Amino acid sequence: MIEIKNVSKSFGDKEILKDISAVMETGKTNLIIGTSGSGKTVLQKCMVGLFEVDSGDIIFDGKDLTTMSEEDRKELRQQIGMLFQGSALFDSMTVEQNVKFPLDMFTKWNHQKKMDRVNDVLERVELKGTNKKRPAEISGGMKKRVGIARAIVLKPKYLFCDEPNSGLDPQTSMVIDKLIHEITKENNITTVINTHDMNSVMEIGENILYLYQGKKEWEGNNKEIIFNKSARLNEFIFASEFLKDAKDMRMLEEKGIIDNDRNMEDIMREGGANLVIGEEDRKE
Amino acid sequence: MKLFSSIGAYLLMMKGMFTKPENFKMYWKELMHQSVEIGLGSLGIVAVISVFMGAVSAVQTAYQLTSPILPKETISQIVRDTVILEFAPTLVCIVLAGVVGSKIAGELGNMRVSEQIDALEIMGINTKSYLVAPKILGALITIPLLVILAMVLGIWGGRLAGSLGGILSADTYDRGLLENFVPKNVWFALVKAYTFAFIISSVSSFYGYNVKGGALEIGRASTIAVITSCILILFADYLLAFFIL
Repeated sequence: MIEIKNVSKSFGDKEILKDISAVMETGKTNLIIGTSGSGKTVLQKCMVGLFEVDSGDIIFDGKDLTTMSEEDRKELRQQIGMLFQGSALFDSMTVEQNVKFPLDMFTKWNHQKKMDRVNDVLERVELKGTNKKRPAEISGGMKKRVGIARAIVLKPKYLFCDEPNSGLDPQTSMVIDKLIHEITKENNITTVINTHDMNSVMEIGENILYLYQGKKEWEGNNKEIIFNKSARLNEFIFASEFLKDAKDMRMLEEKGIIDNDRNMEDIMREGGANLVIGEEDRKE
Repeated sequence: MKLFSSIGAYLLMMKGMFTKPENFKMYWKELMHQSVEIGLGSLGIVAVISVFMGAVSAVQTAYQLTSPILPKETISQIVRDTVILEFAPTLVCIVLAGVVGSKIAGELGNMRVSEQIDALEIMGINTKSYLVAPKILGALITIPLLVILAMVLGIWGGRLAGSLGGILSADTYDRGLLENFVPKNVWFALVKAYTFAFIISSVSSFYGYNVKGGALEIGRASTIAVITSCILILFADYLLAFFIL
């Protein structure tokens, strides 16, 4: 579990994070969402210690990162895996070398044991047989999966993902989301994901923190988010007409106005919410 | 003000390199990799420059020494001393500032921009000691060796140009090389080589490591690294000559 207590961070005169408190739960996919510039990345970088907070505490299972010695921080970081927005794979190394790198650096295992672990994680992310390829030779989705493999190779307790779906098509995004979610459950990891992808929010958002201009605006899960009362969050979520319609339909479904047994996709195919819901219904 | 903060940041980066390696074997591997990259990677250009530097030096010295009183051996003595004292350490290091310096700044800059440095930091690796220190040590190992090679090839280039151009025979050239030789000059050249190697590698690492932004900034950092290295090499050259010779 990671506890964030009253964290504030400024760059010069600009206050980026304003007194944020939240709890990232173990064994769950914890999502930090918000528009670009809302402070998601800064908060995540503060959590992993790449930025120092101005005030507040970041507590990893009882150990406060902000007051830790450099040695303790190094030790903690070996329990952290991170998937970067651009994957951050080492260009000069092959897929296998990239994944093996943390093992080479931090374990005294023999070559065979390391290779077994590398092959295990590559198989887990469905990249068997790509060992000798270089990052430049694989697709964006594959790079993300290599990034995940490298992040989990040391069996971390905490996994951070910075916009894991950026630059990926919706189908590949779903695969990545599913993979992160499964790995979180299998290994009981505390996973923190920065995203503004609504598919991810709805699919894997077990604990969601919404930031607005550096402040915590809303906290909940993917079941609660649709019916939230925050105008700013609704503006963020229902930015597209399609999602607005989908929300209205779900509300009508809840109220029993439309048939619960019918598949939402079928209704959309038949003409979508605009045929079912008029402007006045929407205002309600 | 910016100059002082840059010097401060540079010194902090240097200080940050001195920590216990997480895994000595991996650091050794990186040091060997950098030594090969810097040393072998620059071997060709150093060889070509050195031979021509010596050859041109021999031809131009012969052109200026028109007095019949001066023996022909003087040409090889002048070539030897200029190559050892100035051309091999200074000229070669200025070229290396371009070749090696831009490579180091570009490599680190790219790693910074593509978050590879952040990835290493999050793993718990001291990136200053893992990425910067092997580059500086690699340069300190290989650049003086390249300078020694440049001395040999420069002097040989002068001999080749002298005999091929009919300026002086190879025997006369060799005889001149052995006359009035001052061993201190070689030591002085090596002091310069070590100083310049440190300047090239540390300054380029500093600019590459601290890149902020994107691809444009990587190019800019490489250019600034080369310019700053060249200016510092020339400045250090003057100071060393003034105090040691």
